[in-house]
Amino acid sequence: MVPPADFRSYYGRPVVKAPVWHHDIAAYLFTGGLAAGSALLAAGGDATGRPALRRAGRVTALGALAASTYFLIHDLGRPARFHHMLRVAKPTSPMSMGTWILSAFGAAAGVSAVAEAAPLLPGRGPLGLARTVLPPLGTAGQYGAAVLAPALATYTAVLLADTATPSWHAAYPELPWVFAGSALASGAGVGLLAAPCAQAGPARRLATLGAALELYGAHRVETTKGLLSEPYTQGRAGRLLRAGRALTAAGVAGAYLGRRSRVISGLSGLSLLTASLCTRFGIFDGGVASAKDPRYTVVPQRARLAARSQASTDVSGEKTEEGPAIAGQ
Amino acid sequence: MGSNSLYGPLDPAPDAGYTDAPPRMGFFTDTSVCIGCKACEVACKEWNLIPDDGFNLLGTSYDNTGGLTANSWRHVAFIEQPAANRGGGTVDALAAAATIAPPGRQPEFLGMPMSDLPGRTIDAPRSDFRWLMMSNVCKHCTHAACLDVCPTGSLFRTEFGTVVVQEDICNGCGYCIPACPYGVIDQRKDDGRAWKCTLCYDRIGDGLMPACATACPTQSIQYGELDELRSRARHRVEALQEQGVTEARLYGHDPDDGVGGDGAFFLLLDEPEVYGLPPDPVVTTRDLPAMWKRAGVAGLAMAAAVVVSFLGGRS
Repeated sequence: MVPPADFRSYYGRPVVKAPVWHHDIAAYLFTGGLAAGSALLAAGGDATGRPALRRAGRVTALGALAASTYFLIHDLGRPARFHHMLRVAKPTSPMSMGTWILSAFGAAAGVSAVAEAAPLLPGRGPLGLARTVLPPLGTAGQYGAAVLAPALATYTAVLLADTATPSWHAAYPELPWVFAGSALASGAGVGLLAAPCAQAGPARRLATLGAALELYGAHRVETTKGLLSEPYTQGRAGRLLRAGRALTAAGVAGAYLGRRSRVISGLSGLSLLTASLCTRFGIFDGGVASAKDPRYTVVPQRARLAARSQASTDVSGEKTEEGPAIAGQ
Repeated sequence: MGSNSLYGPLDPAPDAGYTDAPPRMGFFTDTSVCIGCKACEVACKEWNLIPDDGFNLLGTSYDNTGGLTANSWRHVAFIEQPAANRGGGTVDALAAAATIAPPGRQPEFLGMPMSDLPGRTIDAPRSDFRWLMMSNVCKHCTHAACLDVCPTGSLFRTEFGTVVVQEDICNGCGYCIPACPYGVIDQRKDDGRAWKCTLCYDRIGDGLMPACATACPTQSIQYGELDELRSRARHRVEALQEQGVTEARLYGHDPDDGVGGDGAFFLLLDEPEVYGLPPDPVVTTRDLPAMWKRAGVAGLAMAAAVVVSFLGGRS
C-alpha cells in the first residue's frame, strides 16, 4: 500500500537511536569480508596447485584479520574491556557469535599465514623442527579458515540487520547476499593483484560470481523495500553504492578483457577491492541515515498498523470496537 | 529456551531461569494527570547519580532535555497542540468537568488561593490549544532487544522481570543502542558505556518504590506489580472514555504486541509518535532465526561459488 504522505513526530526528533558505531565498523565490514574472501582464495589455490593464490590469500587473510581486530577494539567505548566479549556465547547476539567466529578464524588463518614463512627457517635446531611442523599445520589452518570464512563473511549482515535501524532491518533477507558477494569479489581482487595471469583464472570467475551475488542483493535492497530503500539511493550512501556498482562492473570487465595483461588484471583487482569498500560504507551509511529521520520509523509502522486493521476489517466485516482507541492493536 | 523466548506473550523472569521469581514489577505512566513538573527527571538523577545532560535550550517547548539518553533515564515530553490538530474527538473533558455543578448554583468564593488563572471564570471555554505531557522511560520489554543482542552478558534480566546494565561488565560495544526499538538505551560519551533506567533495581529489592514514582506528585507514575497495574490502567482508560476523552488509549500494555508487552506502559492522549514513541514497535530478534537462515544460505552459496571457480575452467 502507499504510505501516508505525512506523518507526525515529536518535534522531528528521531524515534530510534542511530548506531553509535564509527566508521571503524564500516571498515571492519570490508576487512572482515576481505579476510574471508582471501582465506577461500588460499584454500582453492592450494587445493588446485596455484601457489601464488595460496600465498597471497594466506597473507592477506592475516593482514585483514589484524586490521579487523584493530577496528573492532578501537570502536569499543571501553577498548580495555574487549575480552569481556569472551565471557559468554549467545546465539541471540550476532556480535557474540561473530566474536567466536572471528576468534576461531583468526587462530586458523594466523597459523596458515605464519606457515608461509617456514621455508625461510634454518634446517637445523628447534627452528628446523618448526620448519618441518609448520607446513602441515598451515595447511590444516588454511582449510579450517576456509570452512569458517563463509560464516565470517555473512554474519556481519545479521549483525546489522538485527537492529531497530529501519533500513538495515528491512534489508535482512538480501543483506547476506550483498556481503557474501562483496567478500568473494574482494578475495578475487587480491588474486588478480597478486597472481600471474596464468594462475588468475579462478580469481576471474570468482570475481564474476561474487559481483553477481553482490549486485543482485544490492539491487533488491535498493528497490524492494519501499520507503526504506530510499536511504540507500540518496546522499552519501547513494553515491557510495553507485560507485561500488560501477567499480564492480569495471573490475569484472577488466579481469576478462585484460586477462593477458598483468597490469590490467591488477587494476581490475584494485577496482574490485575499492568497490567492496564503497559498498560496505554505503550500506553502513544508509542504515545510519534511516535511523536519524523519524519518517523511516513512523511511516512504515503506520502502514503496518493500517494493513493489520484493514485485514481485521476484512475478516470480521466491520471494524472492531476498540481498534482505533487502543494503540498497538 | 522456551517456545516464546524470542516473540509472543511470556513471563520473562522464569524464562530467564529464575525459580520462585517475585511478581513482575513495572511502571504505569498515566499521562492524563502529568503536570510536566519534571520531579521524576530530577529524582532519577539524584538517586542514580547521573551526570548532567548539557544545559541546552532546544527552542521547541518547555522540554530542554530532548529525549531519553545515557544521562536522562526519565524524560518529560511537552507537546503544545492547536485544537485543530488534535488527534481524537473534540469533547473537552476538562471544560465539561468544570461545569458539572448543578444548574442554578454558582461556585462560591471562599477566599482560598486559586489554582486557576486570575479573572478566569470557572465555566469559561478552554483555550484553543492543549498541552500534552508525558514522562518517558525505559519500557523494560518482555522481549528486550538490547538484552538479546548484548555480547558480553552485561545486560541481564532481573528477578523482577526488568532489564539492567551491569556497568562493571559493559565494554561499550554499542550494539544495544540501535537494537532498542524505542531509542532508549544510549552510550555516555565521556565514559563509553551504555546506560539506561534500572527501574531502581537497588531500591525495589528493598521494597522501596523507584525514585521517579516516589517523587511524582500526581501519581502519573505508578509503580507496582505489572498485572495489577494493567487492570488499574484498563479501568482508568475506560473511565476517561466514559468521561468523553475518546482519544485516551493505552500503549505498551498488550502482551500480544511486537515486544510481548512492556514492563513500563503508558496511557496516552494522542498517537504514540506524537510523543516520540514508535507506533508499532517489534523486537528485532523476532526475525533472528530467519536472518541466520538467510546468512547460512548465502554462506553455502559462497562455498559453492569458490568450488565452481576453482574447478570450472581451464586456466
